[in-house]
Amino acid sequence: MSNATLELINKATNSHEDDRKYNFGKILSESQIATNPRSIETLQLNVTKLCNQACLHCHVDASPKRTEHMDLRTIDRCLEILAEYDEIKNVDITGGAPELNPHFDYLVREAKKLNKHVMSRHNLTVTFDGNPVTGESKAYLPEFYAEHQVEVISSLPYYQEYFTDKQRGRGVFNKSIDSLKLLNAQGYGEEGTGLQLNLVYNPAGAFLPADQATLEKDFKKELLQNFGIQFNNLFVITNMPIHRFKDQLKRRGGYEEYLDKLVTAFNPSAAEGIMCRFLISVSYDGRIFDCDFNQMLDMQVKNGKLSTVFNFNYDDLLTRKIFFASHCFGCTAGAGSSCGGETA
Amino acid sequence: MHYYESDDLKKFADVGRFRKELMNKFFSYYNKVVGEDGALTKREKALIALAVAHAKRCPYCIDAYTTGCLEAGANPDQMTEAVHVAAAMDAGITLVHGVQMNNVLDKVGA
Repeated sequence: MSNATLELINKATNSHEDDRKYNFGKILSESQIATNPRSIETLQLNVTKLCNQACLHCHVDASPKRTEHMDLRTIDRCLEILAEYDEIKNVDITGGAPELNPHFDYLVREAKKLNKHVMSRHNLTVTFDGNPVTGESKAYLPEFYAEHQVEVISSLPYYQEYFTDKQRGRGVFNKSIDSLKLLNAQGYGEEGTGLQLNLVYNPAGAFLPADQATLEKDFKKELLQNFGIQFNNLFVITNMPIHRFKDQLKRRGGYEEYLDKLVTAFNPSAAEGIMCRFLISVSYDGRIFDCDFNQMLDMQVKNGKLSTVFNFNYDDLLTRKIFFASHCFGCTAGAGSSCGGETA
Repeated sequence: MHYYESDDLKKFADVGRFRKELMNKFFSYYNKVVGEDGALTKREKALIALAVAHAKRCPYCIDAYTTGCLEAGANPDQMTEAVHVAAAMDAGITLVHGVQMNNVLDKVGA
């Protein structure tokens, strides 16, 4: 047996042990919380794992070395689904740095033609760094986003350099500030323009995030005062104990302690609003998942058959059983956590 | 083995093994004072608690309030300043006793 196979078996065994020890399904049933899918309001598309950054807490393990991209055939199939279902109002495009998918601009334009609300998980620095493989410039992005009225959602772990660079790499804070200024210059974050600029905070370590409203107030005050930057909302999210962050916790010997913290902070009202009840997540190769985290753990939706965009059936997907595992405690701790911030 | 084990903090409530009602009163008071926004925010209270933890040299409290401050949205600059406040107060408290020394010096005519 190869070392790689042994490593995979070990990972799978450890993961099953975690799920037994930190039994999310049991807590949900004890709390009598409904966990059935309610709707598919959002189609979240993970269009690439390539990124110009390699952040410490990235659950996608994205980096300049990744090569996975959603191809045009899969993107066209997603657009067909969006055209067919009025119920799906939002397209949430993520990655990696989603703009590094060669068909990104096409996807945005076509989704807008279908009158969908388009969100892009834009890491800010890609505007300056461009494509790390081809060297292609991405300096057009602020203008492109404004022209197509895309909601821009950008990670900024803190309003100071220290926490931001610690998590996202040296120089990222200053570059992010410059990029935010370019978005502001297009009218993003300014009242009355309709151009939504939302920032995402996640803790720079193994601790839970502070209250969203309080942090938003701090971010608004500090960014305006120190850099003249405006934005609309701050989404506060909890670090998910999977992939890079999990490895980091294990290396520091704090994995169990972090999981215990998440379990202790379980909040039933946050659990009611978990995002997997309202969206589905599509991987670069067209497979369907309950959320981006399940996608990264390869927990594909199975409703009779493995779900993909090529056998997409809206009504069938609403009858699916959402897959839960120990990492789901990350979405229900404290005030809850989702791609749109708190859920409680 | 160290005399202080960080895991022992989890046993804090066991101090109520006897005369539980007294410990319950303490926890109720403690949570009301420290765990809620009041005239001071939870973050301000956490920073005060961190400073006191250092001044009183309580390793349990330093563990708890380092994380507590971060979870209240404080940053390492603010936390370090809080520790400096404790240190400056400590130094000031020592130095102000120099007045007592001077009083004695005056009294003995030295």
